[in-house]
Amino acid sequence: MNFDASEVGSRRNVGFAAFPVLTREAFDKLGIFIALLTGASFLFEPFVTLRANRIVSGKGVGFFDALPHSLGYPGALLVGAVAVAAIARAPPWMRAGGAGLTLAALAYLVGEAPSHLVGPDNRLARVAPAGAFWLMGFAFALLLTDAIGRLKLGPWPRLSLLAITFVIAASFLNSGLWDGLSVLKEYAVHADSFWQEAINHVALALTSLGAALIAGLPLGVACHQSSRLRDLTLPVLNIVQTIPSIAMYGLMMAPLALLAAHVPLAGELGIRGIGTAPALIALFLYSLLPVVGNTVVGLASVPAQSVEAAKGMGMTRGQLLTKIELPLAAPVILTGVRIVLVQNIGLVTIAALIGGGGFGVFVLQGIGQAATDLVLLGAIPTIVLAFSAAVILDAVVDLLKGRA
Amino acid sequence: MIEVSNLSRRFGDLLAVDSVSFAVAAGTITALVGTSGSGKSTLLRLINRLIEPTSGAVRIDGRDTSTVSGEELRRGIGYAIQGHGLFPHWTVARNIATVPDLLGWDKTRIARRVNELLELFGLDPETYAKKLPRQLSGGQQQRIGVARAIAAEPKVLLMDEPFGALDPIIRLKAQEDILAIQRRLGITIVLVTHDLDEAIRLGDRIAVMDSGRLLQYGAPAEILSHPAHGFVEKLVGGADRPLRLLSLGKVAELVEPGPADGVPVAEATSLRDALSDLLWRGAESLPVASNSGALLGRITLPAIVARAGRQA
Repeated sequence: MNFDASEVGSRRNVGFAAFPVLTREAFDKLGIFIALLTGASFLFEPFVTLRANRIVSGKGVGFFDALPHSLGYPGALLVGAVAVAAIARAPPWMRAGGAGLTLAALAYLVGEAPSHLVGPDNRLARVAPAGAFWLMGFAFALLLTDAIGRLKLGPWPRLSLLAITFVIAASFLNSGLWDGLSVLKEYAVHADSFWQEAINHVALALTSLGAALIAGLPLGVACHQSSRLRDLTLPVLNIVQTIPSIAMYGLMMAPLALLAAHVPLAGELGIRGIGTAPALIALFLYSLLPVVGNTVVGLASVPAQSVEAAKGMGMTRGQLLTKIELPLAAPVILTGVRIVLVQNIGLVTIAALIGGGGFGVFVLQGIGQAATDLVLLGAIPTIVLAFSAAVILDAVVDLLKGRA
Repeated sequence: MIEVSNLSRRFGDLLAVDSVSFAVAAGTITALVGTSGSGKSTLLRLINRLIEPTSGAVRIDGRDTSTVSGEELRRGIGYAIQGHGLFPHWTVARNIATVPDLLGWDKTRIARRVNELLELFGLDPETYAKKLPRQLSGGQQQRIGVARAIAAEPKVLLMDEPFGALDPIIRLKAQEDILAIQRRLGITIVLVTHDLDEAIRLGDRIAVMDSGRLLQYGAPAEILSHPAHGFVEKLVGGADRPLRLLSLGKVAELVEPGPADGVPVAEATSLRDALSDLLWRGAESLPVASNSGALLGRITLPAIVARAGRQA
């Protein structure tokens, strides 16, 4: 008689199907959280805020009041359906698809609210996304990233998803769908300086990263070869990393101002106590630890036998480094670059305090004028930049690992 | 021909290699045997100057190795190590091409040489050239490691525990392969091992080392039957000594005329295996056949037993 384990297993499954028992495992824990968050914010939080002008405080408008019924009911149905699917352990591709669709729908619906609430003649009134939009956006973004994580997508599909997201967002922006929203009204006022500060922001983040690579890679290689240098360097860089960024910018001001006052050339080059120079130096110093540290760790992880074989076959030190050690350490070093880039994109925002420019300019102005919309005009692109940098560099690291 | 004279290396207070002298004839295999810490690996690395000697000299084909740069010297000497040390980010073909590439061979010559070596080691170039090391089995990785070591046609090959990471069955096969390839190419091999049986199987000569000193240097039979007092005696004097001695001889050496019953043993069989065969079959004697199958005579238990005893 044939009687194997799979048969036993299938019989038990039949038993479960015949008498379904709702156990705790039947629900997804993250799904429950997402559904609760969605439900609570949908019911108790306003979807948008309506204000008479950009500075006065406004009043919240609920989901169904903010939208025409022809959009509100299907929208609510979609949100509810996906939230239920999140609880019910739907397969990951279905969860990802549902979450993506819901996010796109929320982005579309919030763009339709202004024309429903405000007449075309009213140029002063402001409509901004409010609690329910942000919380539901957060909930479904969480569901999306979790589902994508479970799908274990390769680097190319992840990059494609990022590109698709950008195409959708760009088409929404181009179509004028969001033009009624207060953030884009702020953008319309600041359009010129927005792109100037965008360039400043990216330039500051990338230049400081480039400088950190130019200095940090050789320093990391030297630390790998000399344990004495390593024991000296890494603790110092660790301490630098613990200095709060505002304090760091402050510390930069006095010595750089002195330098500019006493060395005319420095002043001519634009090195002053405030502005780009101290921001760049501070970001550079913050970047050194991840670059140097990861270079040291990466080089140390190269198999000792490969190094021994390379030497034994007559490679010079330079050939060993460029042909064997650095390529094998590259994924770890790039992980450091990812940390630096994401960290710098965030830190540049604070550089606006000392006149360093970047999106932080809007954040500071917004705080000064109590204009939340202006703060968002600086904050949203910063988050988008940092998130994109993380996704792209993660994919590059995976591609390198796949090759090595 | 490798001549090592009064070679020493000091690490701080430790004399890792203590004034060692010996000569390796061209086209032979010399096995350096000793416990870990005996200085055998250091001695090997002094030959290709991965470690610079404190004093003494190494001459290869009459030329003092200190007259060229370390890198140039090492590109002319094959080097294979335990656990192969293949470069994980390079394909099999590129790994094998390492030294020819360093020497600046042109691409077609390198490609031809890589194919030739893959075939020599029984690996189909079509299938294996583009694979990464991690896609191969342990035995295949080890073979690629040796193929890489001899890619630039060196006259001398240094091997440091090359079979140490292999399991026993694959190890035996790898040892046979290296013997066959050495006989075919006529390379001079110096091999480090802690395994006496491996040294006896592969070595034309065995050098026994302990605490940095070369205690005895001679043919395997000599080491086994006339070990130097002290460490060497302890190393070779175990219960296996008669069997190890037998493993050095072939049936052909003890063939005598006369009849015998049973399936014949081949003349190339080692005496150790022939003894094993006799004991297993419970026979006093067995017929011996040549490689072509012709009957040559017989081999007897008493003859083998006599051979296994202490030689005068």
